[in-house]
Amino acid sequence: MPTIRFRLNGSDTAIDADSDQTLLAVLRGRLGLTGSHFGCGANECGACYVMVDGRALASCDMPLWSVAGKEVTTVEGLGTPEHPHPLQRAFIAEQAMQCGYCVPGILISAAALLQRKPSPTEAEVREALDRNLCRCGSQNRMVRAVLRAASEMAAP
Amino acid sequence: MSTPPPAPQLPPSLATNPRLSSWVKFTPDERVAISPGKVEIGQGIVTALAQIAADELDVDIGRIAMIRASTAASPNEGVTSGSLSIQQSGRALRQICAEVRRLFLAAASDRLGVDASTLEIDDGTMSGPGNVRTSYWELAGEVSLDRIATAEAVAKPAAARGMAGQSVQRIDIPDKVFARPRFIHDTPLANMLHGRVLRPEVSGARLMVLDETAARAVAGLIAIVRDGSFVGVVSETEDSAEAALKALRRGATWSAGEPLPDEDDLAAFLKGQPVETRVIDTRGAAAPKQIARTIRRQYTRPYIAHASIAPSCAMAQWEGDRVRVWTHSQGVYMLRADLAIVLKLPVESIIVEHMEGAGCYGHNAADDVALDAVLLARAAGGRPVRVQWSRHDEMSHAPFGAAMAIEIEADLDADSEIVGWRHAVWSNGHTARPGRAAQPALLAATELATPYPRLISSDPPVANGGGSDRNSIPLYDLPAWTIESHRLLTMPIRTSALRTLGAQGNVFAIESMLDEIAAISGEDPVQFRLRHLRDERAKDVIRAVAARAKWKPQKKAGNGYGLGFARYKNTGAYCAAIAEIESQEDIRVRRLTLAVDVGEAINPDGVTNQIEGGAIQATSWVLKERVRFDRTRITSTSWTDYPILTFSEVPAVDVEVIQRTEIAPVGAGEAAHGPVTAAIANAVFDCLGIRVRDMPITRERLIAAMEHAS
Repeated sequence: MPTIRFRLNGSDTAIDADSDQTLLAVLRGRLGLTGSHFGCGANECGACYVMVDGRALASCDMPLWSVAGKEVTTVEGLGTPEHPHPLQRAFIAEQAMQCGYCVPGILISAAALLQRKPSPTEAEVREALDRNLCRCGSQNRMVRAVLRAASEMAAP
Repeated sequence: MSTPPPAPQLPPSLATNPRLSSWVKFTPDERVAISPGKVEIGQGIVTALAQIAADELDVDIGRIAMIRASTAASPNEGVTSGSLSIQQSGRALRQICAEVRRLFLAAASDRLGVDASTLEIDDGTMSGPGNVRTSYWELAGEVSLDRIATAEAVAKPAAARGMAGQSVQRIDIPDKVFARPRFIHDTPLANMLHGRVLRPEVSGARLMVLDETAARAVAGLIAIVRDGSFVGVVSETEDSAEAALKALRRGATWSAGEPLPDEDDLAAFLKGQPVETRVIDTRGAAAPKQIARTIRRQYTRPYIAHASIAPSCAMAQWEGDRVRVWTHSQGVYMLRADLAIVLKLPVESIIVEHMEGAGCYGHNAADDVALDAVLLARAAGGRPVRVQWSRHDEMSHAPFGAAMAIEIEADLDADSEIVGWRHAVWSNGHTARPGRAAQPALLAATELATPYPRLISSDPPVANGGGSDRNSIPLYDLPAWTIESHRLLTMPIRTSALRTLGAQGNVFAIESMLDEIAAISGEDPVQFRLRHLRDERAKDVIRAVAARAKWKPQKKAGNGYGLGFARYKNTGAYCAAIAEIESQEDIRVRRLTLAVDVGEAINPDGVTNQIEGGAIQATSWVLKERVRFDRTRITSTSWTDYPILTFSEVPAVDVEVIQRTEIAPVGAGEAAHGPVTAAIANAVFDCLGIRVRDMPITRERLIAAMEHAS
């Protein structure tokens, strides 16, 4: 079994795994990081998104070998209650969810957007989240939360 | 002689579960454990219930620990559905907490030697003259809550409530933002195994031959479980279970299934089936007026999928002949009743415990997967087994919201006033929930070697809001009407409760028809509705939404505005919606403005959130959603084949909550769907001059309606 090495939430990580295993299966199973969610297994809903070298990508159909040498960030790596990411603060402030199952993937998409575009327009936020599905109808609150986080991050 | 006042009555949930200790406990860590029978399904109910308890007990909401429902201990409040949780659980909790507060004040009065009326409670501490003080927790040993509620305590008046009416932040949201496990999907049990169930592609097919050889060779496989056409695998890991399932699929030979209807002519199918016909309501004019013309219209809605973002999931563990089940079912007691039938066990041998799942919009596969887990766990040697459905199965084997055909005939007099109204609906029943029939409603029960028949959906009684007929009786003051429902006695496509049951279809039909009649006489749709309503709360939401949307904004080319209104179930929340749409290649909803009256809004932001969510979900239903099938199988089994509204397609939503603290609260979760549906359809007419009467309103439907009109 090959050893796959990558950076996970800021730490060096080495996993001996069947190289066909998906990143999501390894995260949720071996590593016990259950924040990234299974939704469809076909890269169609966004619930499993993680950031790989700054891009929000589906982990449900991503073979583990493909992240070798890369920087992976999951929702667990965004922030903690003690040191929250501005997006996490903003999602609480805007009460930006109903069930919240899609939220980890949406936080990742939004974090990737704010990294490459710190002051997005509302339309750009929507476009960046278009591959994330929300079934409860909380999209507008989430967009407001992302814009709130962006302005907070831009403040001196 | 005056008659004595009637004895005070307990709220129904409390009458069924009158023991105070089953709802409230003061715990040694100076907190209050509140155990409602209702469950969190993404609607924020546990926060609203915590607010009610905190208010009545005068404790900080941070001290309230909300306990998940379990058949081991919780009050039995049936199912969390029908926008009834605030009405049922909220009323019960308010009453219970008022009584608990009174008992503790009496005990404090005894201990402190001061009159109870002089005591004040602040965050659970009672204090009185001379700086005497004690607390719920100090007194907890003296006051037994193991007693029956009396209904004698009086809850605080609205003005004295500090928490109710406040937009308190939801207590579950921090966990969800910081990825602390709350969902059943994220909560593995020690020593847990993983299961998967093999289901046929073809609807109703039976498993004829099963070659297990390849599956048996998969590393990590623990067991293959087969009972008739029910077959599944149990493995050490999820990957192994998936691999074994894949191998099993290749080894399975299925019979031909049962034919499905023609998706392109649902009305003909619905109207051609054997039905049970009921007259829902009839009223006659004292002196029937002269009929100048009769307008007859037919409206349809397709089957609609729940399509939660998470596939359904459950865990089960056997210990001897007792089994424990973890589920995101809406009704733990109801599920337990069905499991008992299938397993031929007394209910006491089964514990069903709730854990949160993804947003739940009605009876989806949550209960089905629980039975799957129970059946597979029998082969797990006492280890717990977690079963998760695939996206494909979630989209094809879970029950759908029922397709509907609705016919309305309106008799108009010479002045185009409505003098007669006939409404008929053809539909499968809108509920086949577990726990209500002598036979189980669970999918696997129909697959066993000795199978139960598929439970044909029925409709709740009119007193509970009805099903196919929900909201079929107009709230408008029309002089004569006959309302009929024709419930199908066949069910080739499995249906059960989906948010609003029949209300979305019926409100779409009624509000479209009224809009058409208003247009005939050139009357403004707002004025037309106000003129036909007697209920002031109904008129208020319509006036409020009209003012908020600046009705009627000047029309620009390519834009249209439409109105829709309903009082959910005719007894619940009032909601009026105005849609602004834009017609390019497709219909695009730009903005929805809504006004809602739920009586006392316990958590106004929670109400707004539910209304926003309902409005957006309804927009998705109206513009995009339709379960697809050919004559043998469901074909919309992925998000590509069953698209829902995306972030860029979501309209702006602006909600006004009319706060009425003096009126008992009702739920908000299903109020918006019908009004928004109708508002969009009416805006399409305003924009394009054509009526689309078949949902979803897609480009193809617009073209068909234009051709039909010309």
